[in-house]
Amino acid sequence: MDIISGITIFVLAIFVGFEIITKIPPTLHTPLMSGSNAISGITLVGAILSSGAQHTFMTTALGALAIVFATINVVGGFMVTNRMLEMFRKKV
Amino acid sequence: MTDIIINIGYLISATLFILGLKGLTHPRTAVRGNLLGACGMLLAIIITLTDQNIVSFEIIVAGIVLGAIIGAVLAIKIEMTSMPELVAMFNGFGGIASVFVAGAALVESTLNGATPLVQAMIAVAASGLIGAVTFWGSLVAFAKLKGLVGDAAVLFSGQQVINAVLAILALALSAGVVMDPTSVFLYWLLVLVASALGVLLVIPIGGADMPVVVALLNSYSGLAAAATGFVLSNNVLIITGSLVGASGLVLTKIMCVAMNRSLTNVLFGVLAPTGGGATADEVYAGKVKSTSPEEVAMLFDAARRVAIVPGYGMAVSQAQHPVANLATLLEERGIQVEYAVHPVAGRMPGHMNVLLAEADVPYESLKDMDEINQYIDQIDVVLVIGANDVVNPLARTDPTSAIAGMPIINVDKAKTVVNIKRSLSPGFAGIPNPLFALDNSLMLFGDGKKAVLSIIAALKDT
Repeated sequence: MDIISGITIFVLAIFVGFEIITKIPPTLHTPLMSGSNAISGITLVGAILSSGAQHTFMTTALGALAIVFATINVVGGFMVTNRMLEMFRKKV
Repeated sequence: MTDIIINIGYLISATLFILGLKGLTHPRTAVRGNLLGACGMLLAIIITLTDQNIVSFEIIVAGIVLGAIIGAVLAIKIEMTSMPELVAMFNGFGGIASVFVAGAALVESTLNGATPLVQAMIAVAASGLIGAVTFWGSLVAFAKLKGLVGDAAVLFSGQQVINAVLAILALALSAGVVMDPTSVFLYWLLVLVASALGVLLVIPIGGADMPVVVALLNSYSGLAAAATGFVLSNNVLIITGSLVGASGLVLTKIMCVAMNRSLTNVLFGVLAPTGGGATADEVYAGKVKSTSPEEVAMLFDAARRVAIVPGYGMAVSQAQHPVANLATLLEERGIQVEYAVHPVAGRMPGHMNVLLAEADVPYESLKDMDEINQYIDQIDVVLVIGANDVVNPLARTDPTSAIAGMPIINVDKAKTVVNIKRSLSPGFAGIPNPLFALDNSLMLFGDGKKAVLSIIAALKDT
């Protein structure tokens, strides 16, 4: 992938983000933060690649640490968001 | 699997993330939105596991199982009042994961001998820098929110100079990493300097400014993921990272607007001491009227419309359930009850709403500031619980005040205001609140939860 398409994707995705997030009501801002937090754990994808390729002990160890942190982020983030949103849903 | 199939899979993941965020625009669709996001994540992980370069799965599985257990326990155990701490910590974890992934990518590129592209090295430096600032900044935010270190702003002379020196050093080291891609040492030095910068940037920010910091760190964690996406030339990381980056920025801006302060002012400025403003004694002397739970119960009995304004004090005293019970009790007596929530009430965006949702307060009863201000003069009794600066009329009346121009909930215009507060001590802005001395204003001194419980008891007696 060349750098220009990377930057193109980056800029367009930021605009998509702005468009969607400005429509989210203030009441849901906390679940929004924890939910967006969970998806920023997407770094897990990179961590799996670093750790699984096992080039050296160093890369494997760094990858493994990143896997643990990113997974906490992903699993904890989605679960706690779900917990909060269920509280909002039952009263609508 | 070929590259094309992998990338189409990642594209589907990214689409699911976008749809998931879109679901959050209404409480009815929000749970489904969150599940869509989780499905997108699962898909991205499964696709990644099929990558041909992966030679061993043991460590991956062990890491995921360990992380999943920790994450699940945190998510299940956490009290709703502690949500700001948890979000701050998760922000940090996203940041540190990016630091490690970029570090591993750098080590890997030094092994195969090929000269890495300049843009890849810029991305490595950016991941390390943003990731480390996010991690350490979040840890400090976590410690402050948790009360492990003082909540107040920590200031010392020369702070700005030290920050500037560290920032320049970090940029110089970043340039070093880009120019000498073989030097793994420089990268870790960069991470070290960025860590110090992260700590020092958040230490001077305290109390009521925390929502801004938490939102900003949220944005950083996204940008760190996006930078890592550039390191690995991975679209799904870039898209997701920029979505989260944008989300955090939007929230940061909303919080700043709600305080009528610029981001620079929140991050580097200190609330100016009120030059020439009235002292607490001048404002309060002889004018503050204290009341009792019984008297408040009588006020409620005579009221037709009641509004409750929660602040951080409600979270501290865990008063959300008693508050909701009080509202139910009033509604049973035919009184209309609404909640007025200021955007920066609490320690993170939407903090009060989550607590009230936990206490089963209906979504429709939660009004935002602009809405309630339109008809606040028709409200018979406003109950302010643990809020101070966000209801301080000085924001409207005194252009020299530290909070001048900040939008507030105009509770002083209601017929009667009851303030539940432990003492007359000032809020985060450090200025007295003339609201407490107004003719239509009464103070009910005490702990938020106990005060509300005694009002409930008094109401049941009548």
